[in-house]
Amino acid sequence: MLTLKDILTTQDMIDKRHLDIRTITMGISLLDCAHEDVQVCADKVYEKIVRRAENLVKVGEDIEWEFGIPIVNKRIAVTPMAIIGNSCNADSYVPLALAMDRAADTCGVNFIGGFSALVQKGATKGDLILMDSIPEALAVTKRVCASVNVGSTKAGINMDAVAQMGRVIKETAERTKENDGLGCAKLVVFANAVEDNPFMAGAFHGVGEPETVLNVGVSGPGVVYHALQSVKGRPFDEVAETIKKTAFRITRMGQIVGVEASQRLGVPFGIVDLSLAPTPAIGDSVARILEEMGLEVCGTHGTTAALALLNDAVKKGGVMASNHVGGLSGAFIPVSEDEGMIAAAEAGVLTLSKLEAMTCVCSVGLDMIAVPGDTDAATISAIIADEAAIGMVNSKTTAVRIIPAPGKTVGDRVEMGGLLGTAPVMPVHPESAADFIARGGRIPAPLQSLKN
Amino acid sequence: MKAVVTVVGEDRVGIIAEVCTHLATYGVNVLDISQTVMQGYFTMMMVVDTEKSTVSLAELAKVTEEKGKEMGLSIRLQRADIFKAMHRV
Repeated sequence: MLTLKDILTTQDMIDKRHLDIRTITMGISLLDCAHEDVQVCADKVYEKIVRRAENLVKVGEDIEWEFGIPIVNKRIAVTPMAIIGNSCNADSYVPLALAMDRAADTCGVNFIGGFSALVQKGATKGDLILMDSIPEALAVTKRVCASVNVGSTKAGINMDAVAQMGRVIKETAERTKENDGLGCAKLVVFANAVEDNPFMAGAFHGVGEPETVLNVGVSGPGVVYHALQSVKGRPFDEVAETIKKTAFRITRMGQIVGVEASQRLGVPFGIVDLSLAPTPAIGDSVARILEEMGLEVCGTHGTTAALALLNDAVKKGGVMASNHVGGLSGAFIPVSEDEGMIAAAEAGVLTLSKLEAMTCVCSVGLDMIAVPGDTDAATISAIIADEAAIGMVNSKTTAVRIIPAPGKTVGDRVEMGGLLGTAPVMPVHPESAADFIARGGRIPAPLQSLKN
Repeated sequence: MKAVVTVVGEDRVGIIAEVCTHLATYGVNVLDISQTVMQGYFTMMMVVDTEKSTVSLAELAKVTEEKGKEMGLSIRLQRADIFKAMHRV
């Protein structure tokens, strides 16, 4: 029996607390698109994506109306393009990126992920070509997102790839300098990347996935923030319980939308990603949740503990609400996409070092961080290496999405626009790590016992 | 399929009649109505059956929201299963 209270609670969450489905992402395997001629391969890529995803946006919009819940993004993730590109006799995969971009445009989706390579243990010919193609690919396309996995708990860290990605990020920033290095906002460097992540920019369709799949990413920092206002000053046991109950509701909504969309599209339902994904809108911030727990400003002492509790409670509440949970699942802390994080960074309280510590306990990593334009490639590589090490040792996904904004310095702001938000340029250590990065090779995989 | 229609706005004569007439135009059957006045606002919840609706559910939700704007009220039609999913284990 439905009660008026339940109905109004749901509507209140949607209207006033920014509750929404952040993304429904269709994963499409492109393994059958391989061809030695890169143009033929690109045509096959375009044709297959469009054939599989042509109804994605229409179905998403119908479901939005029927359930009265916004589905903010409809997106596509494809097989890591380096794997497909390996079949081509070509020295650049930009034509494949252009085919992805055209297909995304035809289908009406705002981002398509999977211009990716998995090089945690070493790179194939195709992986190297793909990494070299990233700066141009991100400059000449609008919707394509790229990602490279440089490390894992089982393989260690590929430091040659780490060094290369530092250079790739710098070049990507340079090639998109008219837009403050916007290309870098579409490029993620991972450790322990997951194969079913529905969120951009790091989504790709892993080789262990079925032919096609539908994954859902939910959101709702505003709902959690509002719920916590009812337990002001209470012990953490109650805080955790409140977050769990809220996460349960949010996830149930993702589950019902995901199942419905997958049935209509004739695509198997994959997972719900339980992430708390903030937006730059007021009242939709993860930082403000941490502050609601009793911190004056996000980034001060206590922030890591608060985030650890939040991240764990979100997972515990969400797991029971969905029959399959996956993706990144946890709290995201993208600086530019979170109004409270922006404020904390501009106040100088939230620093790069604190963010690094926070990534030990939350779902992703150093995300949407702008650093001065004169930051050198080796420093960026060193930041990536630190983050990959945290992921590798803690058996979790970590990522770096960093923007060395051309011509900008500490105190400036980088405007990304839309959901990508505004990033204050944060200082990096000026001391060099160039000799460290120049070594190359591989950092061995860590021991999985004697955990201290 | 069951849907929930919620109507919120300033109370006046004839709201229920007008909403029911709108729904009847599209072949929608009203199963249950409950209403109350909360903080001076007229708040009504209807459970309806859309099985014989002459238009798709998405279309019905759109025209119902438009009807609300026309009447100066907030009217929403949403599938009932979303509320069950969110509030029942």
